Order: sequence, then C-alpha cells, then structure tokens
Amino acid sequence: MFLIADRVTYTYNRRTGVEAVKALREVSVSVDRGSFTGLIGPNGCGKTTLLKLLAGVLSPDSGTVSLDGRPLARMSRRHVARRLAVVPQETHPAFDYSVLEMALMGRHPHLGAFQLEGPADIAIAHESLTATGTSHLAERSYMSLSGGEKQRVVIASALTQAPEVLLLDEPTASLDLGYQLEVGLLLRRLNRERSATMVMATHDLNLAASLCDTLVLMRNGRVLASGNTSEVLTSAMVRQLYDVEADVRVHELAGHLTVVPLGRLS
Amino acid sequence: MITADSAETDGTPLPRRTTSSSIRGRLAATILGFGTVALATCVLAPLVGTTPISLTRALDRSIPFDQNVDAQIFFVARLPRVLAGALVGSALASAGVVLQAMLRNPLATPFTLGVSAGASLGAMLVIVLGGALTLGPLSTVPMASLAGAAAATAVVYWLATRQGHAMSTSVLLLAGVTLNSFLSAIIMFVQYIADFAQVYRAARWIMGDLDIGGYDTLIASLPLVLAAYVLFAWLPASLNLLSVGKDAAAARGVDVPRAQRLAFFSASLATSAAVSLAGPIGFVGIVVPHLVRLLVGVDHRIVLPASALFGAAFLVACDLLARTILAPIEIPVGVVTAMIGGPFFLWLLVRKS
Repeated sequence: MFLIADRVTYTYNRRTGVEAVKALREVSVSVDRGSFTGLIGPNGCGKTTLLKLLAGVLSPDSGTVSLDGRPLARMSRRHVARRLAVVPQETHPAFDYSVLEMALMGRHPHLGAFQLEGPADIAIAHESLTATGTSHLAERSYMSLSGGEKQRVVIASALTQAPEVLLLDEPTASLDLGYQLEVGLLLRRLNRERSATMVMATHDLNLAASLCDTLVLMRNGRVLASGNTSEVLTSAMVRQLYDVEADVRVHELAGHLTVVPLGRLS
Repeated sequence: MITADSAETDGTPLPRRTTSSSIRGRLAATILGFGTVALATCVLAPLVGTTPISLTRALDRSIPFDQNVDAQIFFVARLPRVLAGALVGSALASAGVVLQAMLRNPLATPFTLGVSAGASLGAMLVIVLGGALTLGPLSTVPMASLAGAAAATAVVYWLATRQGHAMSTSVLLLAGVTLNSFLSAIIMFVQYIADFAQVYRAARWIMGDLDIGGYDTLIASLPLVLAAYVLFAWLPASLNLLSVGKDAAAARGVDVPRAQRLAFFSASLATSAAVSLAGPIGFVGIVVPHLVRLLVGVDHRIVLPASALFGAAFLVACDLLARTILAPIEIPVGVVTAMIGGPFFLWLLVRKS
C-alpha cells in the first residue's frame, strides 16, 4: 500500500463549533502504487475533504494519512508537494498569467526560497504542456482559454510538479462531452505510460467506470464499500449511494461498465 | 532533484507575456530599466522649482558648501523631500502589490485593511489633543500615527485569525473596510471638537505632505521600510501561488498560513512607515502595480521589485507636479495622486467588467 488514510476524521469549523460539519468519520482508504482509484458518492459525502486530507492540504482531527509509510504530518508542505499534486475542479487566478507561467508554478516545491527556475525547469514545463496537448498555447493568457484547455493546463502544471500521485477533484465537471473524453484519455495515458498513481473524485460514474481500476464508495462521511470497479459498481450499490434505480452493465463497444439511471427512489 | 541553472539573457525590452525568455534576464532588465527611471527622477526632480539650479554646480566640490547656493537648495531644501517621496512611493506601491496578491483582489490598496485609518486617528489625536495629552514618546505626529497603524493592524489580524489557524481573506477584507469607516467616524468626531487651526492642520495631514523638513524623520522611518523589504524578499513566489488560490498554493508546497502572515505584516509595516512619514497618500498603491503589470506582465517576482522602483519614481514625479504646477502655490501631493489615480482606478474597473 502506497497512500493510506487510516481512520481519519475531519470536522469543518471544529475550532469555533459554530455550524460544525463532520465531513469524515473514521474513514480508511488505501491506494496502490500505479493504480487509478475513484472516489464516488453523492454531494457532501466527503470526497473533496478526503482528497484534501490525502493531499495534506487539510490535517485530520484524528487518524493519519501516510505516503510510503511516512505520515504526511511529519513532512514539510514542500516535501509533500514534490510527491503529490492536486488538480482542482476549477482554477481562477486573480491575475492574467500565461499558460507557461501557470505550468511553471508546478516547479515551486522543487525550487529554493530565492531560486528562479532555469532551463531544466522550463523544459519540464514544456514537456508537461506537450503531454497534455497544450504546448501551442504556452504564450497565451490562461484566462482566455476554453474550459477544456484550462483544465489541461492545470493538469500540465500538476505534472510539472513531477509528482508520484495525482489527486483530481472532479476534473471534468465543468467540461463538455468532447473535453470530458479528451481529459479522460489524457488521465488514462498518464496513468499507464508514466505509471502515475491517480486518485479521482467524480460524480460521473461512467467516467469512473471507464478509467478507474478501484472504486471507493462514500456516503455521509463514511466508506460504504471499496474494491475492484467491476465488483463494487453494481445497481445495488448505486441504489445505496444515490437512492437511484440504475441499470449497470458492460457496454460492448465501450468495453467497460456503464450506468444508466432509470429513476429516483422516494 | 532537478536544479535550475542560469540561462541565456537577451537584453531586449520585454513585451507582455514573453515568458519564454529567462526569468533572470527579465528580472535583470526590469531592475535595470525601472532602477534607472527611479534614480533619474530622484536626481532630476530637485533641480526643478521656483529657483532653477544646475546639477553640475550643485555637485561641484570645488565651491565650499556654505557659498554654493545650488548645493544648498539641492541637498537641504529639496533632496529630503524627494527622498521622502521615493521612500513613501516605493513602500506604498510594494504594499499594494503584496496585498492585491494575498487578497486575490487586484483592486485592493495598502489602505484597504484599515492601517491608514488607524494611523490617521493616531495623528489626529496628537494634532487635536496634543497639548492636553502627555503620551511621552507618542506625542509626536509620526509616532502617534505609527502606534495607530499598529493598533489597527493588530485588531484586523485578530479578527481574521479568530476562527482558525489560517487567515480568512474575506474576513480580512470585511474587517478592514469596516474598521476604515468606524475609524473615519471617530476621526470626524475628533475634528468636530477641535478648533479651526487644528482642523486645518489635521486636514492638511490627511491630504499627504512630503515636505518633511530635513533628513531626521526620513532616517527614523528607514529601518521600518527596510525591515518590510527584507520580509518582501521571501514573498514573490508564494504571492504568485496565493493569487491562483489558497488550495492551489498549499498543493504546490506553500505554507499558506505562514505566507499570509508574512504578507499581511510586511505590507502593514511598509504602509505604517509610509503613512507616519507623509500622511495617507492615496492611489499610489493601486496605480503603480497596475501600470507595472501592463509593462512587465503579472509574475510577482518581477512585479514586486519593479513596483518598488517605479513607485518611487511615480510619487517623486507627482510631488514635482504638486509643487510646480501652480507655483508658487503648492498643491498637496495626495490631491495630485488622487487626480491621476481616481480616473485610472475607474478605467481599471470599467476595463475589468
């Protein structure tokens, strides 16, 4: 096991106690090296919180998150960032950075406090842009890009971090069908060719079925089930997760499980 | 780990978003370019005035200083004021850059968080109640405004960090804006109970004045500004990431609470020093960073030093206008910066939407 959350609990607004929300209760998840793990569950089930804990951006109230046997809490932010990169749902910079500048920010954890990036860093950034099909946009303004282009640039920025693990929070949520497919294929390629470990939170069950080899199903801040995608993604599970009746079957042309929702259970 | 090494430098001027040329080259070109502008402004500005003087004569060592009128005007009458302008302009412009990035709000100014209102109240109290109060070392206007600025900074910081270990930028903004209006009300009350002479002095202080009358106050402020600049040196890379987003910054290895604290306190320190020296001179902290971004792009590793240098040149130039345009009458420099900055600010707003 590579990236492990061991009985982690997290409560928002715990300090003040005003409108405190228990987002995760004793959640345990383990991610194999090189795997593609999907976090699935309804809104507010704790997927994003779990991703933030796995990234070390939030620290659990209790329990530990460890990478390669080392607790993240004992590593500096910089060290964690050299091994784990995050791709959020959307990224809105306050200033008009160029695509290359956005990608180069991924080098931050590798540079010293007063060190400026050099040719080697720029080469890595260009390589990441090429890997995500955005190298032709390098000099463009990030803000002027389409949603799909933006998301690929953000993935490139994460790759520039040269991480072992990519943590993705609904990376295709704001994209149209074409870009969803494109980003999906990109993620699969990065997982296979670079053996990057992927953990992706998503609402898109079909995307999860097509990409993930392992699924973690969450509801109300707890894990309901986890295991091989083909084993845990069943109509019974979909019913339990979303209160939705769904037809789950292998699509012959797609070659993976597909989920067609049929109706909501009252 | 992959380490960077120095790369090619092409000395050509750099248009916006030419990120492919090395950051080192761009940084060097920026510092050289804006540094030259700042230096030239500071040397040339003292030559202009009701009595024109010659630089060669002012710097002529063969004439004894007490017989060299040009040198006396240059070094005694005009240079302290020009240097004060450079120090204040530089401090306010850099503080603006830092706060805009930290708050992720390009329209933030060094005065957004209430530091200047605190400083103003401190100054008002001494101007109006100075005779009645015995505050020891705080009895001078600069010291009192410094104390007011520190108190305002502490209150805003306490409010913004009360809910957890990380600073909430939205609470920070709200607390700053609220504190600004609240302190303004107290300032109005203090002015209301004052007599005419005091009200005039207070109003004049709030308009901003770089005529500090010698080198002493300047030298007293210098350590504060320098301390702020030492802290600024750690910030630019973190500011880039903070301006992309708090979570994005954390995920890229930035210690967000620490970077935010550093940004908040260094910007407050620079602002306090500037305001205690010359009063709250508005718009420098927003006009300069935006002009600089139009010229050199948005990377804070370049924008911050460029703004520090260009801010100096900008305020010295504004002050030159203030004391020459209606000569022999002097306009308060804060009026000049506001007359340039106000329309510019509106243009930015319109352009943004």
